[in-house]
Amino acid sequence: MADTMELRDIEVWDGNMAAAQALRQVQVDVVAAYPITPSTPIVEGYATYKANGYVDGEFVMVESEHAAMSGCIGAAAAGGRVATATSSQGFALMVETLYSASGMRLPIILNVVNRAIGAPLNVNGDHSDMYMGRDSGWIQLDAYNPQHAYDLNFIAFKVAEDHDVRLPAMVHQDGFMTSHTAQGVHTLTDEAAYGFVGEFQPMNDMLDLDHPVTHGVQTEEDWHFEHKARQQHALMTAVIPKIEAAFAEFEKLSGRKYNLVETHQMEDAEMAVICMGTSVETAMEVVDELRAQGIKAGVVGIRVFRPWPLEQLAEVLKNVKAIGTLDRSSPHGTVGMLYNEIAGTLFNCDTKAVLNNYIYGLGGRDLTKAHVVGIFNDLKANVDAGKLTTPLQQYIGLRGPKLSFF
Amino acid sequence: MSEIKKIKNLKEFSTSADRFEGANLLCPGCAHSIIVREVLNATNDDLILAASTGCLEVCTAVYPYTSWDASWIHIGFENGSTAVAGAEAMYKALKTKGRLKQPDRVPKFVAFGGDGATYDIGFQWISGCFERGHNMMYVCLDNEVYANTGGQRSSSTPIGASATTTPAGSVSYGEKKNKKDMVAIMAAHGAPYVAQVAPNKWKDMVAKIQKGFAAEGPVFINAMSACTTEWKFAPEDTIAISDLATDSLVFPLYEIINGTELNITYRPKNIIPVRDYLGAQGRFKHLFKKEYSYLIDEWQTRVDAKWEQLQRREEARV
Repeated sequence: MADTMELRDIEVWDGNMAAAQALRQVQVDVVAAYPITPSTPIVEGYATYKANGYVDGEFVMVESEHAAMSGCIGAAAAGGRVATATSSQGFALMVETLYSASGMRLPIILNVVNRAIGAPLNVNGDHSDMYMGRDSGWIQLDAYNPQHAYDLNFIAFKVAEDHDVRLPAMVHQDGFMTSHTAQGVHTLTDEAAYGFVGEFQPMNDMLDLDHPVTHGVQTEEDWHFEHKARQQHALMTAVIPKIEAAFAEFEKLSGRKYNLVETHQMEDAEMAVICMGTSVETAMEVVDELRAQGIKAGVVGIRVFRPWPLEQLAEVLKNVKAIGTLDRSSPHGTVGMLYNEIAGTLFNCDTKAVLNNYIYGLGGRDLTKAHVVGIFNDLKANVDAGKLTTPLQQYIGLRGPKLSFF
Repeated sequence: MSEIKKIKNLKEFSTSADRFEGANLLCPGCAHSIIVREVLNATNDDLILAASTGCLEVCTAVYPYTSWDASWIHIGFENGSTAVAGAEAMYKALKTKGRLKQPDRVPKFVAFGGDGATYDIGFQWISGCFERGHNMMYVCLDNEVYANTGGQRSSSTPIGASATTTPAGSVSYGEKKNKKDMVAIMAAHGAPYVAQVAPNKWKDMVAKIQKGFAAEGPVFINAMSACTTEWKFAPEDTIAISDLATDSLVFPLYEIINGTELNITYRPKNIIPVRDYLGAQGRFKHLFKKEYSYLIDEWQTRVDAKWEQLQRREEARV
């Protein structure tokens, strides 16, 4: 039996420590992992808890991220609670198995500490890895700070392991900006945290020796489509209500309220920026300052990236006149992902907002408040003109000559 | 406690309860199914199985059917070893936590992979599993070619074999590199038990599988799997070809315990020439042209040298 740990009501934790503590508190049965900056401290944390008797699961230190997820899949199919962590290049190496995990309907939790993907090699935070995962069939939750990284892990386990869902989930946090930045984190007791997620309930578990199961079958044109369609159907219909229910239950437990789409000053906003990760909080500060000047600015943060909260986004954006979409990943050959997603979200709605796109923060480049003020200046001009007055896609904080497209 | 299954003869074997169903899509004459039956039949214990992408996988788990009456998992081409290692880790975790559904039963963990999945694409994963010491058996179904994708060479393909990516042609005798010595490599991991087996020598094979199941830690079995389709012989000749392979010593049968103690387990009464083994298969047909006769001589020299080396190691107990 693992020892419990007495936590203070508020601990000073960075995002990695917060995630590691969450993995300890839900008593993950198997962690198969491979170290990569900046996510490494999460699995080092689990190893340290094991070394000191705070967890009694198995820690399997494998030889690559591909093997890490392969081991997680085998462990999850065997029937138990499974988690790991990765970033960047490691995430890219894992991609093949991410599709296996979701296609096999295995509730694995992957903490992704977002980092740029080379070349050029870069260890700092951007959203390239998070974007790479978006078609992989996983639930993707986005933390903006260490508190979220902690809380969203509990949400992720609860939703993923629900027998109506049975899909793996990623909890994203920004490399270094969240993962290595210590803040006050309100904790749950070990008992409350474990109680919220509950005992793991196996399903189709290989270790039920009286009921052999075959995992990872072959399907061709006769059945492949039905499998994938059912997986997508579960993501699009079962997951959102389960996440909302988990958010509501978590609010009762902790007093902390999460939403599919986070909004700040959106009630009467004329213009909004939409972004993810730490940038949401930067934008919130800017909006508060602009509001003091009488400027009707707002922020929309994506909390649940997959499944995409289409209806909820359409609702919060219905009255805005200009939207700036901020992508922390190079789209390489089109407009940014958020631009495309938001355009798709609003296309069949009455909203006629002017939409533009900013690429920012690649490889850990800072997004300053001054940058965000500049974006709102663009949006204001678009509101006043009722049409696009800037290039459709621009870069924020880029050295050298101004580059823009469309 | 591990239960050793007693099987006296082939008739008894053929009527033994089967956890690998004959209803599968493998080619008639495929040695894979013979080997798999021999492995699974070596124990009455519960089994948790994995397969890498390959002939065995695509022919035995095509939805909505399965040929497996034991829990089985497939993820990809390279990671059958790690899939079963993950399951083994979960078994240990649930055992520690007292959450096993049948706590009195101790399953065996076995991964199957072809030589492509073992010698090539899955090599790193297998090495990792062995270094970490999972309690598992890895069985390579070694047919010396990517048979599932139509006969491309692997690093197990021997010199002179014609494969689709190393075809014999007017200026080529086919594969130019010799087969990787996977058995030696796996023994070098210090695994408690490593062995080479062949389905025609079923008693030898069952004895080795049972030794493997009794060992604590990772066990590697390299199983020669004669491939009627890619080696190009008649489906009814699988066992005859296998006999040629073991009796010519192209596939010597031996075991290595703890990486050091080598035992030869089969000594043919009459060693037949390698030429006879090569001549029975279409993949080596071109070697019998006059200009390539030196290659057959080199083959014989290589096989003799390997046999000599194995005997020296056995005698020296290294």
